[in-house]
Amino acid sequence: MNPSPAFTLSNVSKVYSNGTTALHDLNLAVSEGQFVSLVGPSGCGKSTVLRIIAGLGKMSAGDLFWGGTSQRKLAYVFQEAALMPWATVQENVRLPLKLAGVSRRASEAAVREAIALVELKGFENAYPRELSGGMKMRVSIARALVTKPQVLLMDEPFGALDEMTRSKLNSDLLDLWSQKQWTVIFVTHNIYEAVYLSNRVVVMAARPGRVVADIPIDAPYPRDQEFRTSALYNAYCRDVAHALAGAVGTASEVSSPINSQASSTSTMFGSVA
Amino acid sequence: MLNFDSVFRRDSADAEAALLAKPRSPLAWLRSPEVVAPVCVGLLFLLVWELGVRLSGVPPYLLPAPSAVLQTMIEDWGELLPALWVTLQVTIVAFGVAVVSGLLIAILFTQSRWVERSFFPYAVILQTTPIVAIAPLIILWVRQIVPGDGSTFVAMVICAWIVAFFPILSNTTLGLNSTDHNLINLFQLYRANPWQTLLYLRLPSAMPYFLGGLRISGGLALIGAVVAEFVAGTGGTRTGLAYQILMSSFNLQIPRMFAALLMTTGLGVLIFVVLTLASDFLLRHWHESAVQREN
Repeated sequence: MNPSPAFTLSNVSKVYSNGTTALHDLNLAVSEGQFVSLVGPSGCGKSTVLRIIAGLGKMSAGDLFWGGTSQRKLAYVFQEAALMPWATVQENVRLPLKLAGVSRRASEAAVREAIALVELKGFENAYPRELSGGMKMRVSIARALVTKPQVLLMDEPFGALDEMTRSKLNSDLLDLWSQKQWTVIFVTHNIYEAVYLSNRVVVMAARPGRVVADIPIDAPYPRDQEFRTSALYNAYCRDVAHALAGAVGTASEVSSPINSQASSTSTMFGSVA
Repeated sequence: MLNFDSVFRRDSADAEAALLAKPRSPLAWLRSPEVVAPVCVGLLFLLVWELGVRLSGVPPYLLPAPSAVLQTMIEDWGELLPALWVTLQVTIVAFGVAVVSGLLIAILFTQSRWVERSFFPYAVILQTTPIVAIAPLIILWVRQIVPGDGSTFVAMVICAWIVAFFPILSNTTLGLNSTDHNLINLFQLYRANPWQTLLYLRLPSAMPYFLGGLRISGGLALIGAVVAEFVAGTGGTRTGLAYQILMSSFNLQIPRMFAALLMTTGLGVLIFVVLTLASDFLLRHWHESAVQREN
Protein backbone atom coordinates (compact mmCIF):
# COMPACT_ATOMS: atom_id res chain seq x y z
CA MET A 1 0.00 0.00 0.00
CA ASN A 2 1.32 3.41 -0.91
CA PRO A 3 0.72 5.85 1.99
CA SER A 4 -0.75 9.22 1.07
CA PRO A 5 1.36 12.31 1.69
CA ALA A 6 0.71 14.25 4.90
CA PHE A 7 2.48 17.38 3.72
CA THR A 8 5.23 18.50 1.39
CA LEU A 9 7.71 21.31 1.82
CA SER A 10 8.95 22.35 -1.57
CA ASN A 11 11.95 24.63 -2.22
CA VAL A 12 11.48 26.33 1.12
CA SER A 13 13.86 29.14 2.06
CA LYS A 14 13.85 31.27 5.15
CA VAL A 15 15.89 34.45 5.52
CA TYR A 16 15.65 36.36 8.80
CA SER A 17 15.40 40.11 8.80
CA ASN A 18 19.03 40.39 9.94
CA GLY A 19 20.09 38.65 6.72
CA THR A 20 20.82 35.21 8.20
CA THR A 21 19.75 32.40 5.88
CA ALA A 22 18.13 29.85 8.16
CA LEU A 23 16.93 27.52 5.42
CA HIS A 24 17.91 27.29 1.78
CA ASP A 25 15.91 25.43 -0.86
CA LEU A 26 14.67 22.72 1.48
CA ASN A 27 12.53 19.85 0.21
CA LEU A 28 10.79 17.40 2.49
CA ALA A 29 7.83 15.17 1.75
CA VAL A 30 6.33 13.30 4.69
CA SER A 31 3.75 10.51 4.37
CA GLU A 32 0.86 9.94 6.71
CA GLY A 33 1.81 7.87 9.72
CA GLN A 34 5.55 8.36 9.29
CA PHE A 35 7.81 8.99 12.27
CA VAL A 36 10.46 11.35 10.93
CA SER A 37 13.38 12.64 12.99
CA LEU A 38 15.28 15.77 12.05
CA VAL A 39 18.87 15.73 13.32
CA GLY A 40 21.63 18.21 12.70
CA PRO A 41 24.07 20.61 14.35
CA SER A 42 22.82 23.63 16.28
CA GLY A 43 21.60 26.40 14.05
CA CYS A 44 20.79 24.17 11.07
CA GLY A 45 17.18 25.31 11.11
CA LYS A 46 15.52 22.16 12.51
CA SER A 47 13.23 24.20 14.72
CA THR A 48 12.60 26.66 11.90
CA VAL A 49 11.26 23.79 9.80
CA LEU A 50 8.83 22.86 12.57
CA ARG A 51 7.73 26.45 13.00
CA ILE A 52 7.04 26.75 9.28
CA ILE A 53 5.03 23.52 9.25
CA ALA A 54 3.05 24.80 12.25
CA GLY A 55 2.43 28.13 10.58
CA LEU A 56 4.22 29.98 13.39
CA GLY A 57 6.83 31.45 11.06
CA LYS A 58 6.49 32.65 7.48
CA MET A 59 8.77 31.25 4.81
CA SER A 60 10.67 33.63 2.55
CA ALA A 61 10.23 31.42 -0.51
CA GLY A 62 8.77 28.04 -1.39
CA ASP A 63 5.53 26.25 -0.61
CA LEU A 64 3.92 24.03 1.96
CA PHE A 65 1.28 21.63 0.62
CA TRP A 66 -1.02 19.67 2.87
CA GLY A 67 -2.29 16.25 1.80
CA GLY A 68 -5.19 14.48 3.43
CA THR A 69 -4.62 16.15 6.80
CA SER A 70 -4.80 19.85 7.46
CA GLN A 71 -2.68 22.29 9.40
CA ARG A 72 -5.51 22.57 11.89
CA LYS A 73 -5.05 18.98 12.99
CA LEU A 74 -1.52 19.43 14.26
CA ALA A 75 -0.05 19.75 17.72
CA TYR A 76 3.29 21.13 18.87
CA VAL A 77 5.45 20.00 21.77
CA PHE A 78 8.09 22.54 22.72
CA GLN A 79 11.59 22.05 24.04
CA GLU A 80 10.46 23.21 27.46
CA ALA A 81 7.19 21.86 28.83
CA ALA A 82 5.78 25.43 28.53
CA LEU A 83 3.02 24.86 31.04
CA MET A 84 1.01 27.62 32.65
CA PRO A 85 2.39 27.59 36.21
CA TRP A 86 -0.82 29.01 37.66
CA ALA A 87 -3.01 26.21 36.30
CA THR A 88 -3.40 22.60 37.39
CA VAL A 89 -2.43 19.65 35.19
CA GLN A 90 -6.06 19.30 34.17
CA GLU A 91 -6.41 22.97 33.21
CA ASN A 92 -3.14 22.91 31.28
CA VAL A 93 -4.27 19.89 29.28
CA ARG A 94 -7.68 21.44 28.67
CA LEU A 95 -6.21 24.65 27.24
CA PRO A 96 -6.40 23.84 23.49
CA LEU A 97 -10.05 22.83 23.83
CA LYS A 98 -10.83 25.89 25.93
CA LEU A 99 -9.29 28.12 23.26
CA ALA A 100 -11.42 26.36 20.65
CA GLY A 101 -14.50 27.28 22.67
CA VAL A 102 -15.32 23.76 23.87
CA SER A 103 -17.26 23.85 27.12
CA ARG A 104 -15.82 22.40 30.31
CA ARG A 105 -18.31 19.56 30.36
CA ALA A 106 -17.79 18.67 26.71
CA SER A 107 -14.01 18.59 27.14
CA GLU A 108 -14.07 16.49 30.30
CA ALA A 109 -13.73 13.08 28.61
CA ALA A 110 -11.01 14.16 26.21
CA VAL A 111 -8.96 15.69 29.04
CA ARG A 112 -9.31 12.57 31.15
CA GLU A 113 -8.30 10.36 28.24
CA ALA A 114 -5.23 12.46 27.37
CA ILE A 115 -4.06 12.43 31.00
CA ALA A 116 -4.54 8.65 31.13
CA LEU A 117 -2.58 8.20 27.88
CA VAL A 118 0.52 9.83 29.37
CA GLU A 119 0.04 7.90 32.62
CA LEU A 120 -0.60 10.89 34.85
CA LYS A 121 -3.82 9.69 36.45
CA GLY A 122 -4.03 10.95 40.00
CA PHE A 123 -2.12 14.16 39.21
CA GLU A 124 -5.05 16.00 37.63
CA ASN A 125 -5.10 18.67 40.32
CA ALA A 126 -1.35 19.03 40.83
CA TYR A 127 0.40 22.26 39.89
CA PRO A 128 3.39 22.20 37.52
CA ARG A 129 5.86 23.14 40.27
CA GLU A 130 4.93 19.95 42.12
CA LEU A 131 5.96 17.79 39.15
CA SER A 132 9.35 16.47 38.01
CA GLY A 133 10.81 17.44 34.64
CA GLY A 134 9.65 14.19 33.05
CA MET A 135 6.13 14.56 34.40
CA LYS A 136 5.93 18.14 33.13
CA MET A 137 6.87 16.85 29.68
CA ARG A 138 4.10 14.25 29.93
CA VAL A 139 1.62 17.03 30.71
CA SER A 140 2.91 18.93 27.71
CA ILE A 141 2.38 15.84 25.54
CA ALA A 142 -1.10 15.27 26.99
CA ARG A 143 -1.95 18.86 26.08
CA ALA A 144 -0.81 18.16 22.52
CA LEU A 145 -2.86 14.94 22.34
CA VAL A 146 -6.09 16.35 23.73
CA THR A 147 -7.16 17.75 20.37
CA LYS A 148 -6.66 14.30 18.77
CA PRO A 149 -4.09 15.63 16.29
CA GLN A 150 -3.02 13.88 13.11
CA VAL A 151 0.38 15.53 12.93
CA LEU A 152 2.60 15.87 15.98
CA LEU A 153 5.53 18.29 15.85
CA MET A 154 8.07 17.77 18.62
CA ASP A 155 10.98 20.17 19.12
CA GLU A 156 13.66 18.40 21.20
CA PRO A 157 11.00 17.50 23.73
CA PHE A 158 13.23 15.29 25.87
CA GLY A 159 16.46 17.26 25.50
CA ALA A 160 16.50 18.58 29.05
CA LEU A 161 15.68 15.27 30.75
CA ASP A 162 17.99 12.70 32.30
CA GLU A 163 18.78 9.53 30.35
CA MET A 164 16.48 7.22 32.33
CA THR A 165 13.47 9.50 31.96
CA ARG A 166 14.26 10.12 28.32
CA SER A 167 14.38 6.42 27.48
CA LYS A 168 11.14 5.72 29.33
CA LEU A 169 9.38 8.60 27.54
CA ASN A 170 10.82 7.38 24.23
CA SER A 171 9.28 3.94 24.56
CA ASP A 172 5.98 5.39 25.85
CA LEU A 173 5.88 7.73 22.88
CA LEU A 174 6.43 4.80 20.50
CA ASP A 175 3.58 2.86 22.16
CA LEU A 176 1.24 5.81 21.71
CA TRP A 177 2.35 6.34 18.13
CA SER A 178 1.69 2.72 17.20
CA GLN A 179 -1.81 3.00 18.70
CA LYS A 180 -2.74 6.33 17.15
CA GLN A 181 -0.77 6.30 13.89
CA TRP A 182 0.07 10.01 13.94
CA THR A 183 2.52 11.59 11.59
CA VAL A 184 5.38 12.69 13.85
CA ILE A 185 8.16 15.16 13.09
CA PHE A 186 10.67 14.85 15.89
CA VAL A 187 13.58 17.29 16.20
CA THR A 188 16.55 16.05 18.24
CA HIS A 189 20.31 16.23 18.35
CA ASN A 190 20.51 12.74 19.84
CA ILE A 191 21.33 10.18 17.13
CA TYR A 192 20.39 7.17 19.29
CA GLU A 193 17.00 8.61 20.13
CA ALA A 194 16.36 9.43 16.47
CA VAL A 195 17.22 5.92 15.23
CA TYR A 196 15.30 4.18 18.01
CA LEU A 197 12.10 6.14 17.39
CA SER A 198 11.88 6.85 13.69
CA ASN A 199 11.27 5.04 10.46
CA ARG A 200 13.11 7.85 8.74
CA VAL A 201 15.97 10.10 9.87
CA VAL A 202 16.57 13.34 7.97
CA VAL A 203 20.03 14.84 8.53
CA MET A 204 20.40 18.58 8.12
CA ALA A 205 23.45 20.84 7.77
CA ALA A 206 23.80 24.42 8.89
CA ARG A 207 24.57 27.72 7.21
CA PRO A 208 22.43 27.58 5.24
CA GLY A 209 20.05 25.01 6.69
CA ARG A 210 19.42 22.21 4.20
CA VAL A 211 18.83 18.46 4.00
CA VAL A 212 22.03 16.47 3.41
CA ALA A 213 20.85 12.89 4.05
CA ASP A 214 17.56 11.04 4.28
CA ILE A 215 18.05 7.65 5.91
CA PRO A 216 15.16 5.16 6.15
CA ILE A 217 15.28 3.01 9.30
CA ASP A 218 13.84 -0.29 8.12
CA ALA A 219 13.41 -2.02 11.44
CA PRO A 220 10.05 -3.43 12.48
CA TYR A 221 7.92 -2.03 15.31
CA PRO A 222 7.34 -2.59 18.16
CA ARG A 223 10.91 -1.82 19.10
CA ASP A 224 11.81 -2.92 22.59
CA GLN A 225 14.98 -2.49 24.63
CA GLU A 226 16.50 -5.47 22.74
CA PHE A 227 16.49 -3.37 19.60
CA ARG A 228 18.70 -0.78 21.28
CA THR A 229 21.50 -3.35 21.58
CA SER A 230 21.05 -5.00 18.18
CA ALA A 231 23.62 -4.89 15.37
CA LEU A 232 21.03 -3.36 13.04
CA TYR A 233 20.43 -0.48 15.44
CA ASN A 234 24.16 0.12 15.76
CA ALA A 235 24.62 0.08 12.01
CA TYR A 236 21.91 2.71 11.57
CA CYS A 237 23.38 4.85 14.31
CA ARG A 238 26.73 4.68 12.53
CA ASP A 239 25.13 5.73 9.22
CA VAL A 240 23.43 8.71 10.80
CA ALA A 241 26.60 9.67 12.68
CA HIS A 242 28.57 9.57 9.40
CA ALA A 243 26.02 11.75 7.65
CA LEU A 244 26.01 14.13 10.59
CA ALA A 245 29.82 14.35 10.67
CA GLY A 246 29.71 15.22 6.98
CA ALA A 247 27.04 17.83 7.66
CA VAL A 248 29.10 19.49 10.39
CA GLY A 249 32.17 19.42 8.12
CA THR A 250 30.48 21.11 5.18
CA ALA A 251 28.84 23.63 7.49
CA SER A 252 32.23 24.68 8.78
CA GLU A 253 33.64 24.96 5.25
CA VAL A 254 30.92 27.41 4.43
CA SER A 255 31.30 29.58 7.50
CA SER A 256 34.95 29.32 8.45
CA PRO A 257 38.05 27.37 7.45
CA ILE A 258 38.48 25.89 10.92
CA ASN A 259 36.58 22.64 11.39
CA SER A 260 34.88 23.13 14.74
CA GLN A 261 31.58 24.37 16.14
CA ALA A 262 33.27 26.50 18.79
CA SER A 263 35.44 28.39 16.37
CA SER A 264 32.57 29.14 14.01
CA THR A 265 30.67 30.54 16.98
CA SER A 266 33.59 32.77 17.89
CA THR A 267 33.83 34.01 14.28
CA MET A 268 30.21 35.01 14.56
CA PHE A 269 30.85 36.96 17.73
CA GLY A 270 33.96 38.43 16.19
CA SER A 271 32.05 39.80 13.24
CA VAL A 272 29.55 41.41 15.59
CA ALA A 273 32.32 43.07 17.59
CA MET B 1 -4.86 28.88 54.05
CA LEU B 2 -3.48 32.28 54.87
CA ASN B 3 0.18 32.27 55.43
CA PHE B 4 1.26 34.50 58.27
CA ASP B 5 4.84 33.31 58.43
CA SER B 6 5.76 34.62 55.06
CA VAL B 7 4.84 38.18 55.95
CA PHE B 8 7.83 38.19 58.19
CA ARG B 9 9.97 36.17 55.82
CA ARG B 10 13.68 36.74 55.83
CA ASP B 11 16.14 35.68 53.23
CA SER B 12 17.72 33.15 55.54
CA ALA B 13 16.80 29.70 54.30
CA ASP B 14 17.60 28.26 57.72
CA ALA B 15 15.00 30.35 59.45
CA GLU B 16 12.46 29.31 56.88
CA ALA B 17 13.30 25.63 57.25
CA ALA B 18 12.99 25.97 61.01
CA LEU B 19 9.56 27.53 60.52
CA LEU B 20 8.43 24.70 58.33
CA ALA B 21 9.54 22.08 60.80
CA LYS B 22 6.99 23.30 63.31
CA PRO B 23 3.39 22.17 63.30
CA ARG B 24 1.36 24.87 61.66
CA SER B 25 -1.11 25.76 64.38
CA PRO B 26 -2.74 29.19 64.07
CA LEU B 27 -0.70 30.57 66.97
CA ALA B 28 2.60 28.95 66.04
CA TRP B 29 3.69 32.01 64.09
CA LEU B 30 3.53 34.09 67.28
CA ARG B 31 6.34 31.99 68.72
CA SER B 32 8.44 31.97 65.54
CA PRO B 33 11.78 33.83 65.59
CA GLU B 34 10.42 36.08 62.83
CA VAL B 35 7.96 37.52 65.34
CA VAL B 36 9.72 37.08 68.66
CA ALA B 37 12.99 38.77 67.68
CA PRO B 38 11.59 42.10 66.40
CA VAL B 39 9.05 42.24 69.24
CA CYS B 40 11.88 41.85 71.79
CA VAL B 41 13.87 44.63 70.11
CA GLY B 42 10.77 46.84 70.13
CA LEU B 43 10.02 46.24 73.81
CA LEU B 44 13.65 46.86 74.77
CA PHE B 45 13.61 50.10 72.79
CA LEU B 46 10.40 51.27 74.52
CA LEU B 47 11.84 50.37 77.91
CA VAL B 48 15.04 52.37 77.31
CA TRP B 49 12.97 55.29 76.02
CA GLU B 50 10.63 55.24 79.04
CA LEU B 51 13.50 54.99 81.54
CA GLY B 52 15.54 57.62 79.70
CA VAL B 53 12.67 60.13 79.76
CA ARG B 54 11.88 59.48 83.44
CA LEU B 55 15.47 59.62 84.67
CA SER B 56 16.61 62.62 82.62
CA GLY B 57 13.44 64.63 83.20
CA VAL B 58 13.06 65.74 79.57
CA PRO B 59 9.84 67.77 79.36
CA PRO B 60 6.98 66.01 77.52
CA TYR B 61 6.74 68.81 74.90
CA LEU B 62 10.19 67.75 73.67
CA LEU B 63 9.98 64.00 74.05
CA PRO B 64 7.03 62.30 75.73
CA ALA B 65 7.48 58.90 77.34
CA PRO B 66 5.78 55.95 75.60
CA SER B 67 3.41 55.64 78.54
CA ALA B 68 2.34 59.27 78.07
CA VAL B 69 1.77 58.69 74.35
CA LEU B 70 -0.35 55.63 75.10
CA GLN B 71 -2.32 57.56 77.72
CA THR B 72 -2.98 60.41 75.28
CA MET B 73 -4.06 57.96 72.63
CA ILE B 74 -6.63 56.47 74.95
CA GLU B 75 -7.84 59.86 76.21
CA ASP B 76 -8.10 61.41 72.73
CA TRP B 77 -9.40 58.25 71.08
CA GLY B 78 -12.71 59.98 70.37
CA GLU B 79 -10.99 62.50 68.08
CA LEU B 80 -8.18 60.34 66.76
CA LEU B 81 -10.34 57.46 65.56
CA PRO B 82 -12.54 59.60 63.23
CA ALA B 83 -9.32 61.15 61.91
CA LEU B 84 -7.92 57.69 61.23
CA TRP B 85 -11.16 56.81 59.48
CA VAL B 86 -10.94 59.86 57.19
CA THR B 87 -7.33 59.10 56.26
CA LEU B 88 -8.21 55.46 55.68
CA GLN B 89 -11.11 56.46 53.40
CA VAL B 90 -8.89 58.71 51.28
CA THR B 91 -6.24 56.00 51.10
CA ILE B 92 -8.65 53.24 50.13
CA VAL B 93 -10.49 55.27 47.49
CA ALA B 94 -7.22 56.53 45.96
CA PHE B 95 -5.73 53.03 46.06
CA GLY B 96 -8.81 51.53 44.43
CA VAL B 97 -8.78 54.11 41.65
CA ALA B 98 -5.02 53.58 41.22
CA VAL B 99 -5.46 49.80 40.93
CA VAL B 100 -8.22 50.03 38.33
CA SER B 101 -6.64 52.82 36.29
CA GLY B 102 -3.12 51.34 36.51
CA LEU B 103 -4.33 47.95 35.36
CA LEU B 104 -6.48 49.30 32.51
CA ILE B 105 -3.79 51.64 31.22
CA ALA B 106 -1.18 48.86 31.42
CA ILE B 107 -3.46 46.65 29.32
CA LEU B 108 -3.94 49.49 26.86
CA PHE B 109 -0.15 49.97 26.67
CA THR B 110 0.47 46.32 25.85
CA GLN B 111 -2.22 46.27 23.16
CA SER B 112 -0.38 48.85 21.15
CA ARG B 113 3.29 49.65 21.19
CA TRP B 114 2.50 53.10 19.83
CA VAL B 115 0.23 53.95 22.73
CA GLU B 116 2.92 52.84 25.16
CA ARG B 117 5.64 54.82 23.37
CA SER B 118 3.45 57.92 23.26
CA PHE B 119 2.12 57.97 26.80
CA PHE B 120 4.59 56.17 29.07
CA PRO B 121 6.95 59.18 29.36
CA TYR B 122 4.05 61.28 30.66
CA ALA B 123 3.25 58.68 33.28
CA VAL B 124 6.89 58.99 34.37
CA ILE B 125 6.57 62.79 34.53
CA LEU B 126 3.49 62.43 36.70
CA GLN B 127 5.48 60.15 39.00
CA THR B 128 8.60 62.32 39.25
CA THR B 129 6.80 65.62 39.93
CA PRO B 130 6.95 66.15 43.71
CA ILE B 131 3.43 65.78 45.05
CA VAL B 132 4.02 68.48 47.73
CA ALA B 133 4.72 70.95 44.94
CA ILE B 134 1.58 70.29 42.93
CA ALA B 135 -0.84 69.56 45.76
CA PRO B 136 -1.76 73.28 46.28
CA LEU B 137 -2.56 73.55 42.57
CA ILE B 138 -4.71 70.44 42.66
CA ILE B 139 -6.57 71.70 45.74
CA LEU B 140 -7.13 75.07 44.05
CA TRP B 141 -8.45 73.51 40.85
CA VAL B 142 -10.65 70.98 42.60
CA ARG B 143 -12.25 73.80 44.65
CA GLN B 144 -13.32 75.44 41.39
CA ILE B 145 -15.01 72.28 40.20
CA VAL B 146 -16.30 70.58 43.36
CA PRO B 147 -17.96 73.02 45.72
CA GLY B 148 -18.27 72.60 49.48
CA ASP B 149 -16.85 70.13 51.94
CA GLY B 150 -16.30 67.39 49.40
CA SER B 151 -13.60 69.33 47.57
CA THR B 152 -10.84 68.64 50.11
CA PHE B 153 -11.67 64.95 50.06
CA VAL B 154 -11.58 64.80 46.25
CA ALA B 155 -8.32 66.78 46.14
CA MET B 156 -6.68 64.46 48.67
CA VAL B 157 -7.84 61.42 46.70
CA ILE B 158 -6.34 62.88 43.51
CA CYS B 159 -3.00 63.57 45.20
CA ALA B 160 -2.85 60.08 46.73
CA TRP B 161 -3.84 58.58 43.37
CA ILE B 162 -1.01 60.35 41.53
CA VAL B 163 1.51 58.86 43.96
CA ALA B 164 -0.01 55.37 44.06
CA PHE B 165 -0.77 54.94 40.39
CA PHE B 166 2.67 54.64 38.82
CA PRO B 167 4.04 51.50 40.54
CA ILE B 168 0.95 49.59 39.47
CA LEU B 169 1.16 50.86 35.91
CA SER B 170 4.87 50.19 35.50
CA ASN B 171 4.85 46.80 37.24
CA THR B 172 1.80 45.55 35.38
CA THR B 173 3.17 46.74 32.03
CA LEU B 174 6.39 44.86 32.76
CA GLY B 175 4.41 41.77 33.76
CA LEU B 176 2.19 41.82 30.69
CA ASN B 177 5.29 42.04 28.51
CA SER B 178 7.16 39.17 30.18
CA THR B 179 4.88 36.35 29.14
CA ASP B 180 6.61 33.03 28.36
CA HIS B 181 7.40 33.09 24.65
CA ASN B 182 6.60 29.39 24.17
CA LEU B 183 3.16 29.90 25.65
CA ILE B 184 2.54 32.82 23.30
CA ASN B 185 3.47 30.52 20.41
CA LEU B 186 1.17 27.86 21.77
CA PHE B 187 -1.75 30.28 21.96
CA GLN B 188 -0.96 31.37 18.41
CA LEU B 189 -0.88 27.74 17.27
CA TYR B 190 -4.33 27.09 18.70
CA ARG B 191 -5.58 30.30 17.11
CA ALA B 192 -6.46 32.08 20.35
CA ASN B 193 -8.06 35.47 19.81
CA PRO B 194 -6.48 38.55 21.45
CA TRP B 195 -9.10 38.52 24.19
CA GLN B 196 -8.32 34.89 25.12
CA THR B 197 -4.60 35.58 25.07
CA LEU B 198 -5.09 38.51 27.42
CA LEU B 199 -7.46 36.73 29.77
CA TYR B 200 -5.89 33.28 29.96
CA LEU B 201 -2.23 34.10 29.39
CA ARG B 202 -1.06 37.69 29.76
CA LEU B 203 -3.06 38.65 32.84
CA PRO B 204 -2.18 35.53 34.87
CA SER B 205 1.49 35.93 33.86
CA ALA B 206 1.44 39.54 35.01
CA MET B 207 -0.20 38.67 38.34
CA PRO B 208 3.02 38.47 40.47
CA TYR B 209 4.24 41.79 39.04
CA PHE B 210 0.85 43.41 39.56
CA LEU B 211 0.70 42.22 43.17
CA GLY B 212 4.23 43.51 43.75
CA GLY B 213 3.03 46.88 42.47
CA LEU B 214 0.06 46.77 44.84
CA ARG B 215 2.32 46.37 47.86
CA ILE B 216 4.32 49.46 46.91
CA SER B 217 1.21 51.44 46.00
CA GLY B 218 -0.69 50.67 49.20
CA GLY B 219 1.90 52.45 51.31
CA LEU B 220 2.29 55.25 48.79
CA ALA B 221 -1.46 55.90 48.73
CA LEU B 222 -1.31 56.50 52.49
CA ILE B 223 1.71 58.80 52.16
CA GLY B 224 -0.06 60.69 49.37
CA ALA B 225 -3.17 61.09 51.50
CA VAL B 226 -1.15 62.42 54.45
CA VAL B 227 0.96 64.78 52.34
CA ALA B 228 -2.13 66.15 50.61
CA GLU B 229 -3.80 66.85 53.92
CA PHE B 230 -0.70 68.62 55.22
CA VAL B 231 -0.89 70.93 52.24
CA ALA B 232 -4.67 71.32 52.35
CA GLY B 233 -4.20 72.37 55.99
CA THR B 234 -7.30 73.68 57.72
CA GLY B 235 -10.70 73.98 56.16
CA GLY B 236 -13.39 71.36 55.99
CA THR B 237 -14.99 69.59 58.89
CA ARG B 238 -13.78 66.10 58.19
CA THR B 239 -10.10 66.04 59.04
CA GLY B 240 -7.62 63.20 58.94
CA LEU B 241 -4.54 62.14 60.86
CA ALA B 242 -2.27 64.64 59.13
CA TYR B 243 -4.43 67.47 60.41
CA GLN B 244 -4.19 66.02 63.93
CA ILE B 245 -0.39 65.89 63.66
CA LEU B 246 -0.24 69.44 62.33
CA MET B 247 -2.58 70.89 64.98
CA SER B 248 -0.87 69.01 67.80
CA SER B 249 2.50 70.40 66.78
CA PHE B 250 1.11 73.97 66.64
CA ASN B 251 -0.33 73.54 70.14
CA LEU B 252 2.76 71.77 71.45
CA GLN B 253 0.64 68.71 72.29
CA ILE B 254 3.60 66.50 71.49
CA PRO B 255 2.23 63.30 73.10
CA ARG B 256 -0.86 63.63 70.91
CA MET B 257 1.31 64.25 67.88
CA PHE B 258 3.19 61.05 68.64
CA ALA B 259 -0.08 59.19 69.05
CA ALA B 260 -1.35 60.35 65.64
CA LEU B 261 2.01 59.56 64.08
CA LEU B 262 1.93 56.09 65.58
CA MET B 263 -1.55 55.49 64.16
CA THR B 264 -0.43 56.62 60.70
CA THR B 265 2.55 54.27 60.76
CA GLY B 266 0.40 51.46 62.14
CA LEU B 267 -2.06 51.96 59.30
CA GLY B 268 0.79 51.79 56.78
CA VAL B 269 2.09 48.54 58.27
CA LEU B 270 -1.43 47.10 58.33
CA ILE B 271 -1.94 47.92 54.65
CA PHE B 272 1.38 46.26 53.80
CA VAL B 273 0.59 43.13 55.82
CA VAL B 274 -2.90 42.76 54.31
CA LEU B 275 -1.58 43.17 50.76
CA THR B 276 1.28 40.73 51.40
CA LEU B 277 -1.13 38.13 52.77
CA ALA B 278 -3.42 38.62 49.79
CA SER B 279 -0.49 38.29 47.39
CA ASP B 280 0.83 35.14 49.07
CA PHE B 281 -2.65 33.68 49.06
CA LEU B 282 -3.22 34.33 45.36
CA LEU B 283 0.19 33.02 44.33
CA ARG B 284 0.42 30.17 46.82
CA HIS B 285 0.29 27.40 44.23
CA TRP B 286 2.76 28.56 41.70
CA HIS B 287 4.97 31.56 42.27
CA GLU B 288 8.38 31.31 43.91
CA SER B 289 7.66 34.35 46.06
CA ALA B 290 4.79 32.60 47.82
CA VAL B 291 5.94 29.00 47.81
CA GLN B 292 7.31 27.51 51.01
CA ARG B 293 10.41 25.43 50.46
CA GLU B 294 12.23 23.02 52.69
CA ASN B 295 15.63 23.59 51.11
